[in-house]
Parts: sequence; C-alpha cells; structure tokens
Amino acid sequence: MRILVVEDDKDVAGFILRGLKEAGHVAEHAATGRDGLFMATSEAFDVIVLDRMLPGGIDGLNILEVLRGQKNAVPVLILSALADVDERVRGLKAGGDDYLPKPFAFSEMLARIEALYRRGKGEGPVTKLTVDDLELDLLSRQVKRAGQKIDLQPREFRLLEYLMRHAGQVVTRTMLLEGVWDYHFDPQTNVIDVHVSRLRQKVDKPFPTPLIHTVRNAGYMLRPDAA
Amino acid sequence: MTGSGEGAAPAAGPAARPEQPGPRRDARPPIPRPRRRFNLLRSAAVRFAAIYAVLLSLSVAAAAGFVWWETAGRLSRQIEEAILNDAQALSDHWEVGGVPDVRSAIEERLSQNVDDDAIYMLADPYFERLAGNLSGWPAAVTQPGVEYEIRVERGGIHSLASMQRFDFPGGYHLLVGRDVTLRLQLTRLLTSALFWAVVVVVAVAAVGAIAVRSLFNRMLASVWATTAAISSGDFSRRVQVTGRGDEFDQVAEAINDMLDRITRLMDGVRQVSNAIAHDLRTPIARARTRLEDAMAHAGTEDELRAAIERATADLDAITGVFQALLRIAEIEAGSRRAAFCVFDAAPVLNGVAELYDAVAEDRGLSIAAAVPPSLRVYGDRDMLQQAVANLVDNAVKFSPPGAAVRIAATQSDGWTDIVVTDAGPGIPAADRERAVERFFRGEAARHTPGAGLGLALVQAVAQLHGGALLLEDAAPGLRAVVRLPAADPATAAPAKAAEAAAATAPYGDVIQD
Repeated sequence: MRILVVEDDKDVAGFILRGLKEAGHVAEHAATGRDGLFMATSEAFDVIVLDRMLPGGIDGLNILEVLRGQKNAVPVLILSALADVDERVRGLKAGGDDYLPKPFAFSEMLARIEALYRRGKGEGPVTKLTVDDLELDLLSRQVKRAGQKIDLQPREFRLLEYLMRHAGQVVTRTMLLEGVWDYHFDPQTNVIDVHVSRLRQKVDKPFPTPLIHTVRNAGYMLRPDAA
Repeated sequence: MTGSGEGAAPAAGPAARPEQPGPRRDARPPIPRPRRRFNLLRSAAVRFAAIYAVLLSLSVAAAAGFVWWETAGRLSRQIEEAILNDAQALSDHWEVGGVPDVRSAIEERLSQNVDDDAIYMLADPYFERLAGNLSGWPAAVTQPGVEYEIRVERGGIHSLASMQRFDFPGGYHLLVGRDVTLRLQLTRLLTSALFWAVVVVVAVAAVGAIAVRSLFNRMLASVWATTAAISSGDFSRRVQVTGRGDEFDQVAEAINDMLDRITRLMDGVRQVSNAIAHDLRTPIARARTRLEDAMAHAGTEDELRAAIERATADLDAITGVFQALLRIAEIEAGSRRAAFCVFDAAPVLNGVAELYDAVAEDRGLSIAAAVPPSLRVYGDRDMLQQAVANLVDNAVKFSPPGAAVRIAATQSDGWTDIVVTDAGPGIPAADRERAVERFFRGEAARHTPGAGLGLALVQAVAQLHGGALLLEDAAPGLRAVVRLPAADPATAAPAKAAEAAAATAPYGDVIQD
C-alpha cells in the first residue's frame, strides 16, 4: 500500500520509512507541515502517518482538518509525544482514525497501519467470518472448526471475532485491549497472553494445525497455517 | 603622638568593620516591613478609620440637631404662639370695650403672670403709653406683624424680649412680647454642651480610628510578613492566630491551611523528583550497560541482537513508568473532571474481574466479584477502570496460590465503597501511609515486577472523585477500599470524603496527599 509519513524527526522518519519498505509498502516522506499538507491533498495515499507537532506553522491537526474539510477519508494514524488522554481525544475528534503515542514499537505501528487500511476498505456488514476451516457466525454466535462446534465464553468469542476480522494481520496486545476490552492503558500483568492461550486451548489444541500464531515482539496473528 | 595615633587607627579598623553595612552574602533577603510603603491616602486602614470617624460624627450631629430642634426651636415656637394668642385675646377685648377694656385686661394679665415674662403695652396714635409694663414704646418696633427681638428695660432690669406690634382701629398700637432671657440661657447652655460633645466625639472618633487602623494593621502585618517571608523562600512561617476565633483568626487559619497544603504539595513534588531521579536511573543504567557491553563483547550477531532486544525492553519499561507518572500527574491536576458523568460501575468491576480471571486461574487463584446489579457512580469510567484494575493487579500479584481475590461494592450513606481484598502479605501498618507514595515498594514487593506507582494512581483517582483510598488489614492480606461520594454530583462534597475517611479508617492513618 502507499503510505505518506509526515514526520519531522529525521531518525524516526528514516526508521519508519525503512520499516514500511521492508514490509513491502511504498512510503513517501514529508518533513514539514507545509510539504505534508501539499502531498496529502494532491496525491492519493492508502494511509497517512501524521506527527502532531511539526515545524513550519502547520501542525498535524491542521493537515487533518484540511483533509477532512475536503471530504478526504484517507485513514490517518496520528503519532504524538503528547500521550495524555485529552490529547488523544483531541486527535481523534479532529478526524484521526487511530492515535499512537511516542515512543512506539515499529511492530505496533505496522499492525495499526494495516488494520486502518483494512478498515478503510470496508467490505460491508458481514454475518459470518471464515478463516480456513474455522467459521464464526455473528448472528447465531456460534463457532465451528472443521464442522465441530466450539463453546466459547462471550469474551472469548469477541477475542476470536477481533482476530478473525484482522486475519492475516499482526494484532498487538494493546490493540486487543482497546478493541476487545475497551481498556486504554497497559495493565502490568500480561493478562492478554493468558486469554489468548485459553482461546488456543479451545480453537487450536484439538486440531492438527494451529491458526493463532504468536508474532515475536509484536503480538498475534490469525491465519491459515502455510506450512 | 601622631605616630601612635596612626598606629592605633589600623587596630580600630577591624573592630569598627562589623558595624559597617557591608554586603551579607549568605543572609536571606530581608523581609519587607509592612509599613515600608505606607501612604496615608492609599492606606486601607486609614480609609476604614476615616469612614468610622465620619460615620460617628454624622450620627452625633444628627442627634445634636434633633436635641436642638426639640428644645430651643420648640421654645421659640411656643413663645411666638403665646404672643399671637395674647394679641388675639386683647384684640377681642378691644372690640368689646375699647381702650379701657384692653387696659384692664393687660393689667389683669400682668398681675396673673407668675413667671414675670410677659410684656404688654398699649399706646395711643402718638406711641404714648396707655397701659403695660414697658416704660416707653421701643423705637426699633416700627412695623406690625413682624417679630422683633430687642433689648428692653422693664422695671429697671434690662432683658431680651421677643415682641410684635399689632395696630387697632383709631391709631392705637398694641405691643405683645415675652422675655426670652431664659431661652437665651438655654441656647447658650445647649451650644456649649454641643460644642463639648463635638470635641468629645472628634476625640473618640480619632481614638477609634487609630484603634481600627492598628487592629487592621496588626492583622495585615502578620499576613504581610508571612506571605513576604514565604515569597522569599521561608516556608516555615505561618500567620499568627490570636485564638479569639474571630474573622481575623478565620482568615489566618485559612491562609495557614493553604500554606500547609502548598508545603505538602511542594514536598510531594520534591519527593517525586527525587524518586524519578533515583528510580529511573537504575533501569536507564541497566539498558546502557547492556548496550555498551554488547558493543564491546558481543561475539556473534545473535548475541548482539539479544542484547539490543533486552535493552529495548528496558527502555519500554522506562517509558511505561513515565506514562504512569504523567497519568498520575494528569489526574492530580484535575483537568479530567470535565469528562465526569454518572455511569454504572457494575460492568466496569465485572469487566476487570473477567480480565484478570484467566491470569488468576493460571496462578491457582480465584476471583470472586460480589457487585450489585447496578452501581451508579459519578466520575470518569476509564479512570475508575484503571484504578480497580491496578488494585486487582496487585491482589493477583501478591496472593499465594489457592487464595481468593474478592472484588466487592457497597453503597450506603451517600458513599460508594469499592473493595478489593487479597490474601497476600498485606502492607504493615507502618508502611500504609507511604504505600501510596510514588515509587514506594514495600518489603513484600521487592521481588515482584512493578514500579510502585499502582496505588499512587488509585489514590489520585479516588481523590479526584472527591473520595479516598483506604488501606486496611484483611488479616491476612490487604483490604483496599476506594471510597467515592454518591452518584449525585450536587451532594458530593470533596471535603466530606476526607472527614468520613478519618472517621472510619481503622488505624487512623487516613491516606491523603
């Protein structure tokens, strides 16, 4: 996908651009608010990564306001050293789709960019999610794998639903906390791992091939086993 | 002689030096004196004193005016009335019997006049006396119907009289008057009395004004001296409280309370910055050591990668600590209160229980949530969620296998208590007060992960909600109570929370800033 990175810090920008290119994306860079605004409004991107504080009088939120004012719905990931709740709310209100405080792990950013891209595609309302031989029926709230019914707790169901909606993408622990539990802070104990391992017990253990994979230093990914 | 004189001069020098107003380098800047910029017109004390004096003088003047009007004035009016009455009566006599009748009437009236203050005179057209007690017509009385106040001689006595002339048909003239010497004496007496009254009032007003001013100054001087001392860095100073319990004492106490609070906050800031400096140095040093060690000694790329990975994890942990500190600071600043609303906390508590359930079970613990079906709370949902999660996180971390972590909520007397109880080692009574300080790590927490910020955040959340965090002994274990005011924002007064906490804290150690 084609990604615009508006970031004034040379090191951070270089790191993001290298990482995105390694992940197979086309990444463009703008180092000032002015350049960022020009590029964002004149070219088409799949996702924009926007630093909030930029030199040159135009900051991230200004760019976002102009874009949304032009009815440009490109998904925007706001990047900011301003991590407090008010700033986060302000960024999302201005039209940002996601907010990532600095410092961040690249894997977290990549996972969020890919999730935004997928969400931007919007394949319409679905009633059934299918990955390989795993089926999740959103209406009857039933899960089947290889035709066999799996009993899940309501929260396990939501966790699996989230993983399946992001099938083939890395899903970080923070994304799961936000998306499944609506928690916007990191608990000290790694509660997510335990929940995922329980889900694995039910969804993967009885079957020959695992679907839920751990991605080192990043999170989890639900995908058909390629091997 | 000159030689010894010169020799003595240098010896006198050092002795004289201490008296010279030389620069004292390490002395505190002098506290400005309250009267340093005293200006009579700008002084509020003088203004108040002047208002006091003016008000006093005005009220005395009003009283004096009333007394004057009631005595001297009334006397004058009575005299005028008596003169007119007499004239009317004599005029009636004139109409009945002419000169002889008036003459006999005058003589009768004079003989009956006990006070000997009445003056009558009937005169012919040539102003020759026909009857009356004046020897001759006073030259000054020329017009009828006009009140004259003149000196007259009557039976050899000079006196002051008020009189009027009335003319009868045929050119006869009647003079009716009253001796007003008495009134004059009264007026003099009154004037002198009022004069002295004014003198006394002015004196009293002046003394009162000085008293008001000195009262004012005494109060303000103490406040001024204290605040000036604090501005220049001496935080130990307090405003004097006289103990009379008056308004000045109330102001003094309020200022002292404010200063106590500021001092506590400053201590808190100092303690936090010390803690940051100390507690963050350790992980930063560790990350740095790992990186430097890897740079110098890593033999293979894998070793290098592993070292960098660990150092990154260390840095992430430091970021986490910063985030927690900022979050606590953000909550303490109180700016988030704008997002408060009434919400049902029951799903929040059950959600936290559910989130930790799996972890607890993995450690051989159980989580029991006894939450009413609906728990209306006024506050910030996310903050409360994080606070309860921190308590449960601690409880799960410190409980031994096989134990139960209990989450309960009760509502009574306008308070909502959210209680998290564990069966861990608890917190010794001596440590309870410090347990909520940032970076405090109890003995039992030495070997568990964490930065010592969890309870600090819970306390900040509880206090922002106008409540308190109470730490109690569950014997064994810790009972942490987040006490919040009732859901109705109007009846929730933050001050009451502290009082209620003080009343119920089992160890008397109310956990406050």
